[in-house]
This record gives sequence, C-alpha cells and structure tokens, in this order.
Amino acid sequence: MTTAGMRVWSLAQNLTANLVGNETAWLVGGQKTTTRTVTTTMTRLFSSSAVADADKTEEEMPEHMMSTIVNGKEIWVPKGSSVMQACDAAGVDVPRFCYHPKLSVAGNCRMCLVDLENHMGMSPKPVASCAMPLAPGTTIHTDTDRVKKAREGVMEFLLLNHPLDCPICDQGGECDLQDQAMHYGSDRGRFVGTKRSVVDKNLGPLVKTVMTRCIHCTRCVRYATEVAGVQDLGVTGRGGASEIGTYVEKLMESEMSGNVIDLCPVGALTSKPYAFTARQWELKPTESIDVSDALGCNIRVDTRGTEVLRILPRNNEGVNEDWISDKARFQYDGLQRQRLNVPMVKENGALKPAKWEEALFAIKEAVGGLKGDEMKAIAGKLVDCESLVALKDLMNRLGCENLSVESVTAGMEADVRSSYVFNSSISGIDEADCIVLVGSNPRVEAPVLNARIRKANYEAVQVGVVGAPVDLTFQTHHLGDSVAALKDLAKGKGSAFAETFKKAKRPLVIVGPGVLQREDRDVLLSEIHNFVDKAGVVTDEWNGFNVLHDAAARVGALDVGFVPSLGEKPSDKPAKFVYLLGADDFDAKEIPEGAFVVYQGHHGDAGANVADVILPGAAFTEKSGLYVNSEGRVQMARRAVSTLAESRDDWKIVRAVSEVLGATLPYDTIQGVRERLVEIAPHFGKVDSAPEKPVWLNGQYFGAHAQKVKGKKALDKVPLQTPITNFYMTDVISRASRAMAKATQARQAASTAKQ
Amino acid sequence: MVRGVVLRVAKAAGRALGRGTGLTVAPAEGGQKVVGPQAFGALNWSKGYATNSHDHFNIHRNSPENNDETPFEFTAENDKIVKEILARYPENYKRSGVIPLLTLAQTQNKGFLTLSAMNKVAEILETPAIRVYEVATFYTMFNRSKMGKYHLMVCGTTPCMVRGAVKIKDALCEHLGLKDYGESTADGMFTLSEMECMGCCVNAPMIAVADYTKGVEGFTYNYHEDITTKDAINIVEHLRRGEAPKVGSQHRETCEPAGVVYEDQWVPKPEGYTTLTGEPRGPYCRDLKKEAAEQKS
Repeated sequence: MTTAGMRVWSLAQNLTANLVGNETAWLVGGQKTTTRTVTTTMTRLFSSSAVADADKTEEEMPEHMMSTIVNGKEIWVPKGSSVMQACDAAGVDVPRFCYHPKLSVAGNCRMCLVDLENHMGMSPKPVASCAMPLAPGTTIHTDTDRVKKAREGVMEFLLLNHPLDCPICDQGGECDLQDQAMHYGSDRGRFVGTKRSVVDKNLGPLVKTVMTRCIHCTRCVRYATEVAGVQDLGVTGRGGASEIGTYVEKLMESEMSGNVIDLCPVGALTSKPYAFTARQWELKPTESIDVSDALGCNIRVDTRGTEVLRILPRNNEGVNEDWISDKARFQYDGLQRQRLNVPMVKENGALKPAKWEEALFAIKEAVGGLKGDEMKAIAGKLVDCESLVALKDLMNRLGCENLSVESVTAGMEADVRSSYVFNSSISGIDEADCIVLVGSNPRVEAPVLNARIRKANYEAVQVGVVGAPVDLTFQTHHLGDSVAALKDLAKGKGSAFAETFKKAKRPLVIVGPGVLQREDRDVLLSEIHNFVDKAGVVTDEWNGFNVLHDAAARVGALDVGFVPSLGEKPSDKPAKFVYLLGADDFDAKEIPEGAFVVYQGHHGDAGANVADVILPGAAFTEKSGLYVNSEGRVQMARRAVSTLAESRDDWKIVRAVSEVLGATLPYDTIQGVRERLVEIAPHFGKVDSAPEKPVWLNGQYFGAHAQKVKGKKALDKVPLQTPITNFYMTDVISRASRAMAKATQARQAASTAKQ
Repeated sequence: MVRGVVLRVAKAAGRALGRGTGLTVAPAEGGQKVVGPQAFGALNWSKGYATNSHDHFNIHRNSPENNDETPFEFTAENDKIVKEILARYPENYKRSGVIPLLTLAQTQNKGFLTLSAMNKVAEILETPAIRVYEVATFYTMFNRSKMGKYHLMVCGTTPCMVRGAVKIKDALCEHLGLKDYGESTADGMFTLSEMECMGCCVNAPMIAVADYTKGVEGFTYNYHEDITTKDAINIVEHLRRGEAPKVGSQHRETCEPAGVVYEDQWVPKPEGYTTLTGEPRGPYCRDLKKEAAEQKS
C-alpha cells in the first residue's frame, strides 16, 4: 500500500483515532502539539473530497525525519527517535515506569514492551521500546496479544513484592503503578510466601520514604546523579534484595531534592510535610508562578478550601523544565503562619487591631503637610507588578521620587532593560559554550537554573567562577575572588579556561546578586562592562551578558521604573514617612529615627516590627498578579485561595490609600492597572510568552555608566559572594515555614557532622 | 516405576501452579497436600539467594569494628599494588579499578570491607562513595561485616547438594558450634557460609577456604574437593592448628575417574568404566584441515 493509500485507509478505518492521532502526528512529528482544531479535521473528514485532500497534503518528507507505522497508522518522527517516542508521537499510549524524558534511559522496568516488525518478520520477543532506537522500515505494534500478555507478566512481577497498602499510601490516586495495574494487573496473584521488606531510609525532613513500595525504576538515582548533582543515592545489593538508598544514612543535600517525589512512580518517595493530608481528587489545582526566587518557575498550587496543601511544578521548557526548588515546593506552610490579617495602628507604642478606615486615616494624618522629598517607598521581594506600579504612581503624585526595591536596587539604573535582565534567556544556557559566573552562586539563588548550567556542563561546557569558591554540584574553574580576575580572562591568556573562553562563540557571563548588592556595585559593573566589551560576549546574534537576580519582584520593579524618575535624584533629607510595600530585608539605616512607617504586606516580619500602621495584603497564592522573571518573561500568578480575613489585594490597598490622601489613582479595576503597566512597558501585555530580546545599545550605556563611576574605587579586599546565607529562608514566607526551618536544621546538622 | 510416580506428581503440581487460583497446592510426602505459604516455609526468603556473605543488610550499620571512625589506610606495600592496578586503566576510566581495589582492601583488612576502606577506594578512584558501595554490596564475595580468620564456604549448588553438601554443612555446624550459615565461631577463627557453584562439580562435594591470616602477601583461596564429613572436620582441625590441609581432591589426583563420594563415604571406582565406554556417537567435529585441503585441490 502506498503512503497516501495507507493514510486514506486509516482515515476510513478509525475516525476517532484520526481526530487525535494521525493528523497531529505526521504533521509535526510528535515533537510539538498540533494547532489544528478538531473542527477543521472533522470538516476535512466529512467533506466529499477526503481522499483528494489526503493526497493534497502529501508532501516531501524533510531530511531529518523518518516514517514508521504504529498500529497501522503512518507517522513521521525525527531520525534517532526511540520506538517509545514514535508511539508517543502517534498518540499511542505505552505504559512505563522507569522512562522519563528528562533522564537517561535505564530500560529496567520492562513495562513498555512492544512488538516490532520488519522485512524479516515479527521480532522474536517483545522489545523494551524506551531503549530501542527506531530503525528504518520498522513497524510498531502495541496492540498484539503477545504485548498484552508480556505487559501483564511484567506487572505481575512488579506486584509480587509491592505491598497492598494503597489505602494508607500518599501516592494513592496519582500512582503510576495503581493506574497501570488497572489496565494490566490481574485481580489475583499467583505469589505465595512473604513479601520483601526493606528498611526505610532517612533522606531528611522533606522527602518521606517507604522503601518497601519501591519498584526499582531508579528514576530517583538517575535524577540525583544527573540533574541534582548529589551523588548520594544508589542501588545497593542485588537481585530480590537490592534496594535504593544512600548505604550510609545521610541527608540528601540538594536544593532540588523534592523533585524525586514527582519522579517516583509509586509511593516510595513522598512528601513529608504533605503526608496523610489529602487525596489528589480532593484538591483544586491552580496554575501559578513561584516567587521564591527570580526564575519564576511554573507551579501548580493545590488547594482544599482556604488552605494551600501542596505545590507542584508545571512543565515549561523555557524556564524550569520539569523541576522546582525545595523552597518553592515546601515553603507553602509558611502561608499559614505569622500572617497579618487585620489592619493595625500603633497606639502608645503597641500595635492594635483597627478598622480599615482608622488605618487609612492614620496614614492621612501622618502624611498631611509633608513634602514629597520627605517621603520614601521601599518595595519587597514578593511584590507583584500591579501594586508596584500603583505605589509608584501614588508616590509620584505626592511628589516623591525616593523609590527603591529593598537595599539592592537603591541607585540601580532601570533605563536600559538589557543592563539588568538575563539577556540570553534561560534556555540560552543550553546554547552557550562557555560560562562565567561573577559574584553568583546559582545553587542557592536559583537552583533550577543551576541544574540547567549543570546540564550544559555535563555536555562539556566549562564553567568559571569569579568570587568566593562555591560548590555548584559540578566542576568549576575558580578564576579569582574579585573582578580583577576578569582582566586576564579578557586577554584569553593565563589559564586553560581563559583560552577556552576566548575560543567560545557563544560565551555567557552571569552577573549575580553578589555584585548587585554591594556598595561598590557601580564600579564593579563598570569593570564587568569593560570585560564584556573586550571579550566579545555580545555579538549581533548572541547576547551573553546576563544578570541573575535573587528576588521575584526585582525585574518587575525595574521594568515599571520603581526608581527615581529620569533626571530626578533621591533627596538626601531623612524621610519622615516611609511606605514599606512588603519590604522586610531593608537596611535598618534606611528608616530614619522617628519616621512614620506604613507596612503593607502579608507576614509579620521585620517590616511589621517597625511599622506604625499595618495594611494586610495578600500573598502570591491569594491574588492575581504579574511577575517578571530574571530573563524578563512576564508571567501571571493566579488566585488559588481567597484572601485572609480583612486583608485585600495589594494594588487595591494602594488605590484606597491614594484616595484618602487626595491623590486618587486613575484606575479602578485590575484591567485598568494592567493597561497602565502596558503603557509603561509594552511587554506587560505579553503574559506567559517567551521574552523578546531586549534592545542592546552597543555599549553606549556602558560608556555612560563608566562616566558616572569615574574616580570611584572598588572595595577590592571583600571577595564577591552571594548574599544568601541560608537557601531555605530568604523571604517572609519561607522564614515563617516550619518545613523550611526543619530543612535548615537538618542542613546545619549535616554540615557540623562533616566537620 | 518410582520415577514415573514422581513425574506424575510433579505434573499435577505444575497444573495447580498454572491454574493461578491464588491458593497454590504443592505435593508433600505421604500424598498429603500442603496449602499456601507452608509449602514454601523451608525457604529463606529474607535472603532470597545463596550468598557466601554473612551480611544481612544492604545498608551500613555502625558496629564496634566498622563505623565512621574506623581508620583505614593501604600499607606501603599495598600502595604499590594500588598503583599497579590503576596503571591498567586509562586515566579517565579509573573507576574500572573498583573491583581489584576492593579485593585488595578486603584482603588487607582481614577479610571484610569497612566503611572507611570503601571510602578510601572511592577517594583513590575519584568517584562518589555510593558508586563503590553499590559494587561492594552487589558482589557477594565482598564482605562488609567482621569475618573469622578462615572463611569456610560450602558449595550448595545441585551436584554438591546431591553428593552430600547438606551433611557437610551439618557436620561443620556441629563441630564449630554454629547454628547456620552466616555465623562465626566465638573465638573468631571461622566463618561458615554457603556459596554458589564453584565449578568443580565432578569432584563434588567441595568447600572453599579463604585464609585471611597472612595478609595480602600470603592470602590463599583454596578448594578442598571430594570431601566427606570426616574430611571436612579434618580440614578445619588442620586450619585451627595452623597447618595446611590438603588442597584439591582429598582422595584422588585431580578429577580422573577414580571413584566418588557416596553416602558420606569415598567409594573407589568399580571394576572398569561404567559409562562412556563405547565410541562416541556422531555428529563429530568437522575436520577442518581435511576440508581446507579438499578445497585447495
């Protein structure tokens, strides 16, 4: 049968299968999902010219593709695909336990058996499709009796030693083994005797283990070795006695250890804080954005009623692939603690609960008669762009230009976007051929990004570190403690790494918060600019100058211009009125003695301690808000639960304050605020889409910056290092979290034990 | 006749197994049927396989002689051997040396690998320690808990079992005051284990003895074949006195057809050969030389 004939035949054969599988698969080779809607396909099928139509779409197969037939349907897949990938492309479901697209292929669960057929006939025995490269001229059958029987056999073996404790297992309801046993399992077993029992391992306070449930897929071992970079997990023993573990009891010292919970196809590795909390079908999922670091990892917030019960990653190849950090995953219990849920006003030195009116009029009283340059606003790490722009507009209306985002960006320029974002984009790391980190420890600043750099490193991309030596879970070249080391690097001499860097076509420089949060930042940046110019980090096709931030709100704040306006300077007068928008990590000296402090936020932390008035805001799970990640990608955090008690959406609070202060803001709805955002920066209109490359000013900005810092000197003696001392506690939510406190303790205990 | 009955019973059992009713029926002596797990009660499921090792866990448990603080260093002489071993492998495939290095560490360390010994090997090979633990736990010839000076391993595979391995085990247990495989004598002289086939089935039954008393230099791993219970005890007593027992077959030169151990007795061969007396039946091997010559001509 000819190709066209085959297609027509299959069109006629199975209408419904065509709607999902055939059309999709051979058009795009299964790598991307189809954009064709069901309706158009239906029209095509029911039109009288279905046959002619099929002929019309007959097109030349691209060079990099090959064709194969899965269960009678022809599909195109890229050359070098595995049999399983071809089945996936055809929309044919192949059961699996050990295969994971982001990990190496192990081929040890044997669940994905299929039959292959070529000119020699049927394969002598079923083949593990995940580990079998697709050869030309091979036909795949997944629906033969032999395949069914083989898979049933494998399932029976897997269930031999698997305990029947589904009712008390946290994986119940979302368990691969449970689901697939519904298809391939028997309702009775032939096994008599005692089931294997395995000692549970203690991997720390985040991951719970019930090792008897383990089916030895080794996904966790491969994840720990390949992605997380902590070579602690392994398979010990042999045969029926083999088990997954660390051999010596030890903490899994990874910032991304929680991902093994998602990877585990059974209930052997589950979440400790979530244990025995809820069943998957009770939970309401909300797609959202993580704010624990500046990467903007895509997450799913699972809630029941008013409580966030767990956070899981969502796949986004451009940002976090399939992973999130432990902080993103486990800090949610902090959302229940230390919350500010009613407005408060200070009376006789003590904060007392008040009504909204009282709080707002207390602010009016404090502001009354103050000039703009006697005021100040500081925004925190977790603030959404809507409230940032609202507060900026309000302060500007009051004639105030003293705007900053915690200590870091005081004096940082927001005029040129390419000077403060991750220009090459996060997925650009995959294309880089040499990476230099300046004052950055991505392992604590953005663990998922670190995993991406590790992946690049695994593919022989060398990584150099300027700053205090750090353990990034992979091999790095320590180039020096200060930016002076960059001078040698620019020359391309002095070390093997320098030579590699010189040869690199797509070099990547990552400037971390270790540089941005120093007093001599501008001088250091100027030296880095020099280096970037000399070393050719930026070309027409490639922009390798990247800035990595450590707080979710930072790029958003710079994008909306939460800095003194162009041409304006922050006043030197000590402020008499300070507005803290979720700011808790400010420098104590930023709040002058006797100033009237308003704290708007959701957690009682450092900010609330110094406040005269507290306005209870919403946490990121309780409001819809835009966040801009390090690479400038605008993403939306969505409301998963309602706000607590008296607290309100942050932009609404600012709007209310503006009205009381007589400087009413011109927007009443969130759409209005977002229109204002788009007015300031058009990219706010493109939510969830890949960031556009920021305009590069060909070093003009560098020149202007150099002029500015002329004559200033760097503090050479202090080595560059990340400002984060404890990965697990960096913002108000994680500081209030019990899980994060336990993780901190466990990590400290492990490091003392090492010494 | 008897064989026929056995076959029929076996077939019946097979059918019962094949039916997959959940309740498995296995035949027992006297025609009675034993139902359920009792039929398999004799099997040691906690181990699941025969092993020469007396390690019960595949995880580390601190003990007085094996804990975080137990020191381990290769001796100066053995360091030379380490270098020799490493020289066999390319620099970037150092890890291939893990088995010879572990063996060296084990022999130096009186027969077992401490945590620090494995860590030392990992350090030398520049590999994560877990990769060494994996190897050490996988191979049953690596021991991870304290061993006796002599490691007695009784072959428990079919031919030896048929020729009386069980009797030898019982005799050794009784003589040494042990209950089962995997135990050591109180004086720390002997550890008794079972081992899988050691490949001298023709001289069954047999035991192997690893001698850890003389360090790496004098380490021996000897087979003692064609043994009766008396021979086994004799070997143990020799070892206890520090003498060298006869290595190899106890009753013949090598494996010539001189006799057999039967019912715990050495029975010399009967008159003449009893098997393989005639010309072997075909098909025979091809005469390659002849074929080549024919092809040429």
